[in-house]
Amino acid sequence: MIGIPVQRKEGKAKATGHAVYVDDFRLPGMLYGVTVRSSVPRGRITAIHFGPGIPWQEFTVVRARDIPGANCISLISDDQPCLADSFVNHREEPVLLLAHQNRCLLEKAKLAIRIEVEALPAVLSMESSLACTQIIWGTDNIFKSFLIEKGNIDEVWSKADFIIEGEYSTGAQEQLYLETNGMVAEITADGLTVWGSMQCPYYVHKALTKLFGWKDDRIRVIQLETGGGFGGKEEYPSMIAAHAALLSWKSGKPVKLVYDRSEDLVATTKRHPARIRHRTAAQRDGKILGMEIDFTIDGGAYATLTPVVLSRGAIHAAGPYECPNVRIRSTALATNVPPHGAFRGFGAPQTLFALERHMDKIASAIGLSPEAVRRRNFIRKGQTTATGQQIREDVVMDKLLDRALKESDFHARQSRFSLENPRSSVKRGMGIAAFLHGAGFTGSGERYLSSIAGVEVTTTGNVLVLTSGVEMGQGSKTTLAQIVASALNLPLDQVDIAVPDTARVPNSGPTVASRTCMVIGKLVESAALTIQQKLREAGMLGAGYSQSEFCSACSNYIQKYGPLKSYAKYQAPAGIEWDDEKHQGDAYGTFAWAVHIAEVSVDTVTCQIRVEDYVAVQEVGRVIHPVLAAGQIEGGVAQGIGYALYENVAWTDGRMENCQMTNYIIPTSVDTPRIRVFFEENPYSHGPMGAKGIGELPIDGPAPAIVNAIQNAIGFSVDFIPVMPEALLLAMEMQNA
Amino acid sequence: MRADVGAYELRSPSQLHEALTLLSSEHGEWKPLAGGTDIMVLFAAGKLQHRRFMSIWGLNELRGIHVSEHDVTLGSLTTYSEILKHPLLRSEFPLLAASAAETGGVATQNRGTLGGNIVNASPAADTPPVLLVYNAEIELKSLSGSRWLPYHDFHKGYKQILLAPDELLTRIRLPRSTSTFKAEFRKVGARHAQAISKVCFAGLRSLDTGEVRVAFGSMAPVPLRCFRTEAAIRAKKDPATALVEELAPITDLRSTAAYRLQVAKNLLATFLHDD
Amino acid sequence: MPKQQVQLRVNGVGYNLNVWPMERLLDVLRHELQLTGTKDGCGEGECGACLVMLNGNLVNSCLVPILQADGAEVTTIEGAAADRDIARIQTAFIEHGGIQCGFCTPGMVMSALDLLKKNPRPSEMEVRAGLAGCLCRCTGYVRICESVLKASQILQEPRSQE
Repeated sequence: MIGIPVQRKEGKAKATGHAVYVDDFRLPGMLYGVTVRSSVPRGRITAIHFGPGIPWQEFTVVRARDIPGANCISLISDDQPCLADSFVNHREEPVLLLAHQNRCLLEKAKLAIRIEVEALPAVLSMESSLACTQIIWGTDNIFKSFLIEKGNIDEVWSKADFIIEGEYSTGAQEQLYLETNGMVAEITADGLTVWGSMQCPYYVHKALTKLFGWKDDRIRVIQLETGGGFGGKEEYPSMIAAHAALLSWKSGKPVKLVYDRSEDLVATTKRHPARIRHRTAAQRDGKILGMEIDFTIDGGAYATLTPVVLSRGAIHAAGPYECPNVRIRSTALATNVPPHGAFRGFGAPQTLFALERHMDKIASAIGLSPEAVRRRNFIRKGQTTATGQQIREDVVMDKLLDRALKESDFHARQSRFSLENPRSSVKRGMGIAAFLHGAGFTGSGERYLSSIAGVEVTTTGNVLVLTSGVEMGQGSKTTLAQIVASALNLPLDQVDIAVPDTARVPNSGPTVASRTCMVIGKLVESAALTIQQKLREAGMLGAGYSQSEFCSACSNYIQKYGPLKSYAKYQAPAGIEWDDEKHQGDAYGTFAWAVHIAEVSVDTVTCQIRVEDYVAVQEVGRVIHPVLAAGQIEGGVAQGIGYALYENVAWTDGRMENCQMTNYIIPTSVDTPRIRVFFEENPYSHGPMGAKGIGELPIDGPAPAIVNAIQNAIGFSVDFIPVMPEALLLAMEMQNA
Repeated sequence: MRADVGAYELRSPSQLHEALTLLSSEHGEWKPLAGGTDIMVLFAAGKLQHRRFMSIWGLNELRGIHVSEHDVTLGSLTTYSEILKHPLLRSEFPLLAASAAETGGVATQNRGTLGGNIVNASPAADTPPVLLVYNAEIELKSLSGSRWLPYHDFHKGYKQILLAPDELLTRIRLPRSTSTFKAEFRKVGARHAQAISKVCFAGLRSLDTGEVRVAFGSMAPVPLRCFRTEAAIRAKKDPATALVEELAPITDLRSTAAYRLQVAKNLLATFLHDD
Repeated sequence: MPKQQVQLRVNGVGYNLNVWPMERLLDVLRHELQLTGTKDGCGEGECGACLVMLNGNLVNSCLVPILQADGAEVTTIEGAAADRDIARIQTAFIEHGGIQCGFCTPGMVMSALDLLKKNPRPSEMEVRAGLAGCLCRCTGYVRICESVLKASQILQEPRSQE
């Protein structure tokens, strides 16, 4: 069962078009909702005009003052309003909601509303935020800053043979799940039910509870089939659910609110743009003595998840290397753009891009190969990370690197390219990225969450897994079922995953942070084992048993004792300690490790870049399902290719100008190579069947591997992503000048 | 979907004569709609200002590819897929096939038409530079008659074309005189499929006479046949200088003027130097 | 402008519909006929989630005004009963990891159907070129291509057993 590519649980429903996504879901008498937004990045709302020619009496209109409870989308600091009342802080801030049964009329009405805003100077870049041209948050525009220190960096510079500096920047990136965001809400005498596309049913539940000021049991949140999330459906669905719920509450009717692509692109979250500075002290033999890293991100208009993104980014900034002296300063800034948010990798892709570019720069400064510098510094068992976390498991980075070099035929191809490139207008090159990704919530996060998941058995012996972890394409229904079926020694089709419905499933925490398989998987495994134990203790099940023996045992048990259910609650592995104040200690229960190698071609006639080959080698503990696992890596790499080369958010006055799929460019099937994926297995003792987290890891590697390959091809350094041909041309011209 | 769908009219005449009658009855009131690959995008985005459309998709008179001794005539509703399926077009007009193959995906190629690509008058369209270097001629028809004109006279300014409100573009004619020419088409987009051009290049060169024809898309308000650059090449002057004078690229969401110009120069140089 | 009568055969079933002539085929399928397997991903013919067969040609149903489909034969992802090839391609996607979130899957399957009708034994590069009108954000396309290549083998096999 484990390690076998069984069929995806919901595969057939998806393949035949019968799976129900939010826009496929309808209720009798349903209205449609739209959001009317600010059109200036910062200012005071002075009036709202309802234009002529619209039968306004037919519409349900919701404004901030209608909100029964707290006007916020409750998350970490509850700072983001559900609807702007008197002040707007970004151009897409929701101000007013409309509902009507006729969608055409609704669009007309939306255009007939004019929100008058007295504009104030806006802060639209990290530079102006840092310079405090306007104070838009607290006293200094800083949402959060962290300092991570190890050893004494100040004493290291004088001992260094080389001091290498670099500055790197990364752009915003849109998650671009194929299914846009949307929710349906229905008010009844018992309260509110919300259905929709989401990663975190209990985040939505919490937000609605606060918004209405109601008790928990009056709000029910149900996840529908979700067409991709990648973090983009972590926090923003709470906003849409809140809007749909308010419209339903006020109209007394069910309301559907689904964004079209353009609205989804302009209004919802993106990956945080970042700037990272490195200053490194190194010995002649390649050993890195000290790293000073400054990491700054643009959080947008509200704090939302930004402090947590900042923290993960900072913790990953020193990468899979041992370094005795480290100082990492990190700062998250407020600007008047829509809040940036969760996206696969959560801060780590930014800092790892910088680090892995910088490693090549260090190698070049010392005169060593990129491979040698990395090998010289790989962290090993017993050594400590920048946060002082001692690595307790075997680290197989050398092995991963060996495998990646071999599978990509690195040395032979690189020497061939160095011979061919001078004679060709198309230059080819290869680049390496070595990295790690912490699985599960950062620091004490999992402890605070105290997730619960359960298993329930019916009289016929069918097993139902109860968790709020959602399937959004990653295959969690299948892997969780594999884990439970394997624990109970039952066939896979005897195990089903319950619909994530807050009225039926416990709070297993959000579906984020590569935690579903590893953390929730462990919970459902132990819940399943408890069921087995109960049956055994009741004397109804022997040591070894057949499927039918299990079924009759369940039947007997339930007849005698009533329902057979078991819940498991998260318990941190022993010895895991984290200091929130100092940002010191065991940042993660474990890490997944990887080495990626990209081969690119750069056409110097057009400055177009193409990824010609891609090898991804990783260690993610034990692989539960080889096809789903490889699918996670392949998909993450493709997103990383987009991040590195194609995906450019064009900001104009705080708004994403290229808010269409024709001008926000993601890779097609001809822009991606046949990504080649290899696993080295190294079972993790605290993961279910030895599994670690996997989902985010693959997005960390492509950008640095590709940009390192570009440098290898064209012979000079590129320190930003996305590497748009226009920017590469400018860089080439500067290089030639 | 942001359109107020009930506010739009769409008629579907079944004969060309019927269509031309409708066009002439109320000047400018009815706009032709062929495969819809551009108009329907604007419609769904709520940005389609015009309200009355006439579907010409059902007009069989506008279909068909006819080959004669000296030329090939394509009905204006010829789709990219039909171009790609036609053996003679593929062999004698490889640039046309190449530009059709690089326009959108298969579904767009099944619906997008050559006539639509011309009349839509986007400077970024992919087939116009090709039609320009093939010295295409186009037929415009109204109730009062029809006229042929050289395609390079058709575009007068950004989205301005020599099509009277009562006229339909009916046929495109390509002289069969370039089959031995060296031919090159380069579309430079944001990715390798499903992209809108940043720079689009079509070039022909006779290996016998040395005649060179060059055209660009996305480099001026109109798809541009670069006659002055061609003249400079004939006169053995620096083609890049002439090209820079002749082109007028802009910076927009898709690219920058500087990039477009440099890439255009590079593409021309590559074309002229590759033998 | 009044609504009009339009006739349509979808997956072998005939319909008489009273619709606005500019309504998108996509909206008619999804809202009037409740065939919601065809997805609305971008509304501009870019993502391919709305692909259907219209008189045997692959089209973006978001770009077809319903009047242009009057009298036409439409096949959607729900048409596996009417076209066995669809069912076989769906099986290949299920068995070979071609599905993750599933939102692009209907378009991918229709695109594969079209490709394999025209080119029964495509190379990997031909599959990649044939699918370039469908965007996927989950898979990196690797297993989608593999599913289509596997489907091409399945479609070659004799069908008498079915």
